[in-house]
Amino acid sequence: MCTTCGCADHSTARLTDLTTGQTFDLHEDAHAHRHHSHDHDHAHDHDHSHDHSHDHSHTHPHDHSHHSHHDNQRTTVLEEAVLAKNDRLAERNRGWFSASRVLALNLVSSPGSGKTTLLERTIRDLQSDLPIHVIEGDQETTHDAERIRRTGCRVVQINTGAGCHLEAEMVARGIERLASPPHSIVMIENVGNLVCPALFDLGEQAKVAILSVTEGEDKPLKYPHMFRAAQVMLLNKIDLLPHLTFDVARCLDYAREVNPQITVFQVSAQTGEGLPRWYDWLRTQLRTLGERPTC
Amino acid sequence: MHELSITRNIVAIVNEHAKGERVTEVTLEIGLLSAVLPDSIRFCFDIVAKGTAVEGARLNIIEVAGHGRCRACGQDVELRHPIARCSCGSSDLSRLSGEQLTIKQMVTTPCAQPADAPITPLRG
Repeated sequence: MCTTCGCADHSTARLTDLTTGQTFDLHEDAHAHRHHSHDHDHAHDHDHSHDHSHDHSHTHPHDHSHHSHHDNQRTTVLEEAVLAKNDRLAERNRGWFSASRVLALNLVSSPGSGKTTLLERTIRDLQSDLPIHVIEGDQETTHDAERIRRTGCRVVQINTGAGCHLEAEMVARGIERLASPPHSIVMIENVGNLVCPALFDLGEQAKVAILSVTEGEDKPLKYPHMFRAAQVMLLNKIDLLPHLTFDVARCLDYAREVNPQITVFQVSAQTGEGLPRWYDWLRTQLRTLGERPTC
Repeated sequence: MHELSITRNIVAIVNEHAKGERVTEVTLEIGLLSAVLPDSIRFCFDIVAKGTAVEGARLNIIEVAGHGRCRACGQDVELRHPIARCSCGSSDLSRLSGEQLTIKQMVTTPCAQPADAPITPLRG
């Protein structure tokens, strides 16, 4: 246990750049930034090449110190949001994405929904006219990033170690490595998990939830936080429907029960069915970036 | 288990504000729509606090319901669960509150170390 911040030393998060093969320890990096700077808001100012001038009106943590001296005890009113640090960094990421005209999507799903296959297919189908970069998130291994790299796409892998989700700081390090050009897409493939990633804003313009028809139609009801936080649901593996008892209409009802605004595309990353509409959506989002908020 | 990393955040923030003092009590406010389980936070708290200024502190958790407005009829609705309906039948509710996860306050004593803490000799 690190006594500076209470984090576990062994849960080291790492970033691997698949192009150069270099690996960076995000935990030590974070410490160097966090514990030795006075203002945590500006943790990345020193080497963040993209300077986004957004300084949102987040209040700094301040001790109100309503000292009530009772047996030497002092009560301090904090009123501090627990995830404030992550949210501040997410806003910085969002500011950079928006200023750079980069569309960032946070892909969330349970393990095995076909996220990586869908991403490979999307990259291969669009790479001639749309530059796509990828931040891969997994607890361990660079297997998924290797698959993405074989498509010819620029990719970094973030291994969260014990962590069950990506956090804004990890994504900040990822975008710094990728240095994505304007009018490109950054796909952030989150750790396969339908619970935790819902809470951690990465600065993306939209969350895209992928649900496969092999998982059961009631997933949106079982994991309402995630399906509520998502702007888009991709119902994947529809080529398998003839072999399953999955009720598509009921699944869509459940998704809209949880999130009446959700946009749904029924797709198969294997056969390509339904993917043109997803690609149209991506093109529209990219074209309209900056014109209106996407989330 | 995002509660573990959330608890680490809580302990880190409290430690930072304690400025070397010993923390004896921490009060959190958790919205019922926050997707955070108070029991899991309690479970993680003692473990994460071990070896820090927060070790042994009492944890108080205030749970608060959320509020939303029905987009169909405009009525205010109390939200105690992420899936909710207005009495008019619509599930299209805008969320006004209920996702908060806030450290309300802490109680500290000037004693920097627990009485039984080992004395670390100065190096050099």
